[in-house]
Amino acid sequence: MKDFLTESGESLTTIDGEMVKLEADPNNKEVLQKIFRLVHTIKGTCGFIGLQRLEKVAHASENILGKFRDGVLLATPDAVTLIFESLDCIKVILTGIEQTEAEPQGDDADLIARLEKMAASAGGDPGGSVAEHQEMLRKQAEEAVAQAAEQAVATVEIAPPQPVQASARAVAAEKAATPPVAKTGEVALANQSIRVNVDVIEQLIVMVSELVLTRNQLLEMVRHSNDSEFKVPLQRLSNVTAELQESVMKTRMQPIGNAWSKLPRIVRDLATELGKKIDLQMHGADTELDRQVLELIKDPLTHMIRNSADHGLEGPAERKAAGKSEGGTINLRAFHEGGHIIVEIADDGRGLPVDKIKAKALANGIVTEAELARMTEAQVHRFIFNAGLSTAQKVTNVSGRGVGMDVVRSNIELIGGSIDLKSKEGAGTTFTIKIPLTMAIISALIVGVQKMRFAIPQICVMELVRASDSTDTKIERINKTSVLRLRERLLPLVRLSEVLNLPAETSVDSTESYIVVAQAAGRTFGIVVDTVFDTGEIVVKPVCSILKDIPLFSGNTILGDGSVILILDPNGVAEAVSGEVATRSAADEGAGAVVSDREHKQALLLFRAGSQELKAVLLGAITRLEVVDAKHFERSDGRDVLQYRGSLMPIVTSLTGALREEGGQPVLVFSEGDQTVGVAVDEILDIVDAALKFELKASGSGIVGTAVIREKATEVVDISYHVSEVFQSWFTTKIVGSQRRQILLVDDSPFFRTMVAPLLAAAGYEVTEAANAELALKLRDEGRAFDIILSDIQMPGMGGHNFATAVKSDPQWSSTPIIGMAADTDGDDIGTFDVLTRKFDRDGLLEAVRGIISSQERAA
Amino acid sequence: MSKVSVGGNEYVTVTIGQQLFGIPINLVNEIFKPERLTNVPLSHPDIAGVLNLRGRIVTMIDCRRRLGIAVGAGSRDFMAVGVERDGDHYGLLFDGAGEVLRFSSDSLEPTPVNLDPHWKRVSKGVFRLENGLLVVLDIGVLLDFSKKAAA
Repeated sequence: MKDFLTESGESLTTIDGEMVKLEADPNNKEVLQKIFRLVHTIKGTCGFIGLQRLEKVAHASENILGKFRDGVLLATPDAVTLIFESLDCIKVILTGIEQTEAEPQGDDADLIARLEKMAASAGGDPGGSVAEHQEMLRKQAEEAVAQAAEQAVATVEIAPPQPVQASARAVAAEKAATPPVAKTGEVALANQSIRVNVDVIEQLIVMVSELVLTRNQLLEMVRHSNDSEFKVPLQRLSNVTAELQESVMKTRMQPIGNAWSKLPRIVRDLATELGKKIDLQMHGADTELDRQVLELIKDPLTHMIRNSADHGLEGPAERKAAGKSEGGTINLRAFHEGGHIIVEIADDGRGLPVDKIKAKALANGIVTEAELARMTEAQVHRFIFNAGLSTAQKVTNVSGRGVGMDVVRSNIELIGGSIDLKSKEGAGTTFTIKIPLTMAIISALIVGVQKMRFAIPQICVMELVRASDSTDTKIERINKTSVLRLRERLLPLVRLSEVLNLPAETSVDSTESYIVVAQAAGRTFGIVVDTVFDTGEIVVKPVCSILKDIPLFSGNTILGDGSVILILDPNGVAEAVSGEVATRSAADEGAGAVVSDREHKQALLLFRAGSQELKAVLLGAITRLEVVDAKHFERSDGRDVLQYRGSLMPIVTSLTGALREEGGQPVLVFSEGDQTVGVAVDEILDIVDAALKFELKASGSGIVGTAVIREKATEVVDISYHVSEVFQSWFTTKIVGSQRRQILLVDDSPFFRTMVAPLLAAAGYEVTEAANAELALKLRDEGRAFDIILSDIQMPGMGGHNFATAVKSDPQWSSTPIIGMAADTDGDDIGTFDVLTRKFDRDGLLEAVRGIISSQERAA
Repeated sequence: MSKVSVGGNEYVTVTIGQQLFGIPINLVNEIFKPERLTNVPLSHPDIAGVLNLRGRIVTMIDCRRRLGIAVGAGSRDFMAVGVERDGDHYGLLFDGAGEVLRFSSDSLEPTPVNLDPHWKRVSKGVFRLENGLLVVLDIGVLLDFSKKAAA
């Protein structure tokens, strides 16, 4: 009986999924055949063990399916809904049987009658067998109706749309004779699998875990004795243990698709109920995970899919109005990532309504207005994980009953997972669930730092690198951050002793260390450790609850020698690498400031020259990066030059002091027009985006300003200064001839002036700066003349446009071309400016200046 | 020294320095000598580390620190009391563990109000002995490392 129940339950789940497929593709004979066979088996089995009510319903459904199969009846949504209804009815009966060991009482007459009607409506020419079926069906229906009449008091009539509820009310049932545990011949033949109680498997796993531990202990003991008679048998034991372990672990793993199998049906029902068109796409159903975990995520997943269908996706009309296709899509994806399973649920619906969430959060007293004002959109989104924050305006049958994402979140966190979301209003929402595999046994790398040992899950380890001063691979330091240049890529390094906050050892920089190249949380990074012991299978034991909040550890384990070591969580380490943990909250607090700074972010090339300190230069200023063999440099006229692309390129060595004697010399190449100059540096490190902070005092010091890069203040070198310092005459004479063009730069922002002035100077222009329009006009009154005026458009006091008008209206400067610099040229009116250019576009700016100069020259 | 009475409770006595503490015996799984303690970096300072006790991983709590008693210099002889809480195993480190005493529950006196706050929090009450006082430890509070408890 128990076998029958489990098996039928599984069959029904499969049928659900297949039916949805069938509805989409009514001509798919294969699918139909499968469904038919499954329903037939259920029917056959119930007949065998004497479950009459069940048999009747199953039979009637089978009848319709038979018509589908014969092509007499089309699998219309109506028909499919009806089949679903009968499947639900079967489920209810099965549940009843499970609880009471007997068929619950109930009346399926109406359902059967409708099934029959549907079958009859097929019309056409019922063949012999079909006619027989119908005849039988009619009889059964009549019987059922008669029964129903008799039991009218005891039973409730089944309301067509909700047979589930009605049947569920069926009272305790007559005791059906428990049939002998039946295994139908068909099943026995068809199935090469047996059902094993989960407890048995759990027990097995615990035993195998212990076996692995003991094996490890033995191996450890034998390893220390050179010539042991145990060696060979132990090796065999070891192999057998490994295989055993693998096999046992396999029994525990199940494809995540098992948790998904009910979803197509749910989505279909929802779609029908809500009058939406929903396409559920599922990818990665074969991703395997621990069955325990699987059980626990089933409900949260279902809930979230419901949410997406109900709240996330709009109705066809609303979608059309928003310019989307009528049918919404829910994308369900599962995949492995560094020892975790990632499940993504993405819909292309309306996205989270930020304002509504804010209002609700305020109303529920979760936040204050002031706090809310400082929050980023992503932070607001996360409020939906708080209790009682359903954003659905209308409480539907489907969701919005107050049990919401908070329950989902706590369920996921219960199994050591995490949940996050991204949402864009109007474009949809994506939930990302990260669940640990929580496999009991993992393979791990045992590393040592100072006197402690730690395990790093092998799954995240990409390679091991031995770094020492004597070899090519060595750890380099940028300011206080360590990096490793590995195959021409810069790998950020993190010292395990530092992230773990271990007291610094006396001999900090040992000559040799190991770098574990790991990948986690979407980044690749190196973990610097002192030693690497070996790899081994370890049994993951969760850390006790009071240690759970340390993100760096995912568990602990007992080693072969009996000592306990901690298992590092690479994701936690990854966060420590980027300092995200520390900076995130800081960034959140100053969210407003961050936004306003964003436009000042610049791509910077990081390099080292002269000292160990990190230096940077605006990437946009550099034409090329070269590494030149030292012997190619020549001396000419007392300066270093290089044959470069058919001409002699002067090399500036003021940053490094001198060129290398041998080996490769990294050179930054700058060009202006057809002139190029190389600047020697010691090492080219990386390219980063960082916010620049320009300093006023910097001008003339060879430094444009400082930028905070990886939380360290870094000098941004003024390349033009270094170039002109050495080659001033060369530059001025060769680039712009004897007469330097005069440029007036008007901008209220010292930040911008210090950025642009050196740029123009490097291009060979003489620059005069004015902090505002009034000061600029004062220069006019003093009788100064300029070739070009560059002016900001947005300025306090006299604005750019007014300034331009003032310039043009006075004969003294009226012929001077004036270039307007706008943050965004799209939105700005050219007014009386001659040219408009984008403010932060270096090339555009220089091009505009050059264009005017050349037209002046042509005119002259 | 002990007042034996029917319906009394038995306590495992432990010491830190000269002070006697009592832990209800029904909470105590075992008393053991801690060996091969593994330090847990970044953990709460009161957590001494983890160790393997017959195949089980036990988290050790330094009760000296927990109770705010200055950690004496030099090596200390530890004894550990094994307790279980929410499925996790903990070992409470004391200077020593002694005999099991039996007290009548009505002789338990309330914690003196002027007790050191560290102690007051973890004390369930006090038994008077001939040569001193025995403070009954509230294991639940002692093992409560949540932020709320710290505040």
